[in-house]
Amino acid sequence: MKEFVLLFQNAPAGDNKPSPEQMQAMMKEWDNYMGSIAAQGKYVSGSRLGGEGKTLKPGNVVTDGPYAEIKEILGGFIIVKADSLNDAFELAYGCPILTVGGYVEVRPVIGTNE
Amino acid sequence: MHQENELIPHLFRTEYAKIVAVLCKLLGIEHMQLAEDVVSDTFLLAAETWGMKGLPQNPVAWLYTVAKNKARDVLKRNAIFSNKIVATLKHSGSEQIAEDIDIDLSEQNIADSQLQMMFTVCHPCIPAESRIGLALNILCGFSADEIADAFLTNREVIYKRLQRAKEKLYAQNIKIEMPGVQQVAERLGDVLTTLYLLFNEGYYSASQNTVTRKDLCLEAMRLSQLLTRNRYTNTPEVNALLALMCFHASRFDARTDATGATILYDEQDEHLWNNELIEQGKYFLSNADTQGLGKYYFEANIAYWHTHKADSIEKWENVLHLYNRLLQLEYSPVAALNRTYALSKVYGKQVAIPEAEKLGLRTHLYYVLLGYLFSDIDNTVALAHMQMALSLCRSENDKASIKKNIERLSSK
Repeated sequence: MKEFVLLFQNAPAGDNKPSPEQMQAMMKEWDNYMGSIAAQGKYVSGSRLGGEGKTLKPGNVVTDGPYAEIKEILGGFIIVKADSLNDAFELAYGCPILTVGGYVEVRPVIGTNE
Repeated sequence: MHQENELIPHLFRTEYAKIVAVLCKLLGIEHMQLAEDVVSDTFLLAAETWGMKGLPQNPVAWLYTVAKNKARDVLKRNAIFSNKIVATLKHSGSEQIAEDIDIDLSEQNIADSQLQMMFTVCHPCIPAESRIGLALNILCGFSADEIADAFLTNREVIYKRLQRAKEKLYAQNIKIEMPGVQQVAERLGDVLTTLYLLFNEGYYSASQNTVTRKDLCLEAMRLSQLLTRNRYTNTPEVNALLALMCFHASRFDARTDATGATILYDEQDEHLWNNELIEQGKYFLSNADTQGLGKYYFEANIAYWHTHKADSIEKWENVLHLYNRLLQLEYSPVAALNRTYALSKVYGKQVAIPEAEKLGLRTHLYYVLLGYLFSDIDNTVALAHMQMALSLCRSENDKASIKKNIERLSSK
């Protein structure tokens, strides 16, 4: 089994603030999505990322978050175990981020002995 | 005579391991055999004396006194005495020393010695698979025969495994002592795993001997409780584990019928559930609630929701969430199957079927789940899955319940 990372790219939130009920429903969807991957024995680890942040660019150019004006922002990632890129990619289906305009990117993790 | 016949096995079970722990601590682990011989002799003498003269007023006190005297006699004769014990008691006069040795069989010292022995048994030098047997033998007074019966293996295998583990303890001269605070934190996990497996061995074992199985569970609970009574080992994790055991044990009398066959959860008479244990479980769970949401925390909470017999959306949403979390922490096939069952309870069978098919398991329990999910959706498919389950199943208990399902589906 190899490791792959699923990157969850958010669409810019804009002015659409979800209601507490919507947030609650979203949380359940994420919970079940992760549970489904874990139930297949393929979940390794993962993290959500906060919306705040700072970026350092060449020439010591510093930009602060939040990134509302940026087209997309990495909302979180999980590492999974799978036999192939295609198998890992199967796990992207059903991801709740797809219902709110975001997308999932799947990339192999390069091991130290590769 | 009848009374003595009942009493000695009972006392042997409760007192043997306690005295052995105290003597081992005093003599050093390398003289465990000596400690065991002293205690065995004590029980032998009890059997003879009580049989002839009747029971003493306080049988436990009698055992302790005789064990102390026998231990002193051994010490007087034995080389350990001059080499080891005297070295630590040099300030006293040589003649009196044997009489002065304090063999402390107080409740506190017994608890301390057994607690320390737990860490000794689960020492990193002992392979994980030997720790449960060793714990049963040294901490719970189980013979190799009884352990073999509980594990469904033969006596020779267990006996050899115990001997090898004990020799390792002697060879490495492992001290019976409380590890330092830092080490307790590092090694407590191994102790808990051993107690968890010990409990599961009793709870889920295929052995038909319900008495032995219950004893294993009760011993695991007793040892866990010892951990909650010590300042350094009374962690949220220990409380979570003990809560888990209490909730499961609360169903002990409801889950087997008179012949020892399993009664499934849905068919249990909840009036036979032990409310006192459920309340204790809630208490320990409340101590577990503070931090570090670990595996036992999620399992204990799942077990808590199962103390509510009636189906409710709240119950199954919680159970599903807890399984989602548990699986991310640690995958197990049983948790994956249970998670999918909970999913069907919340979102319906149609949602759960594709999830089940993704699990990639080929065990009889997997096909039982699929059989259940397809029931009333496609009974022909359901029947095929149940028949597959039956062909893979090795446990007589499970076979019986699968056959019932097949009968029910065939008549539809």
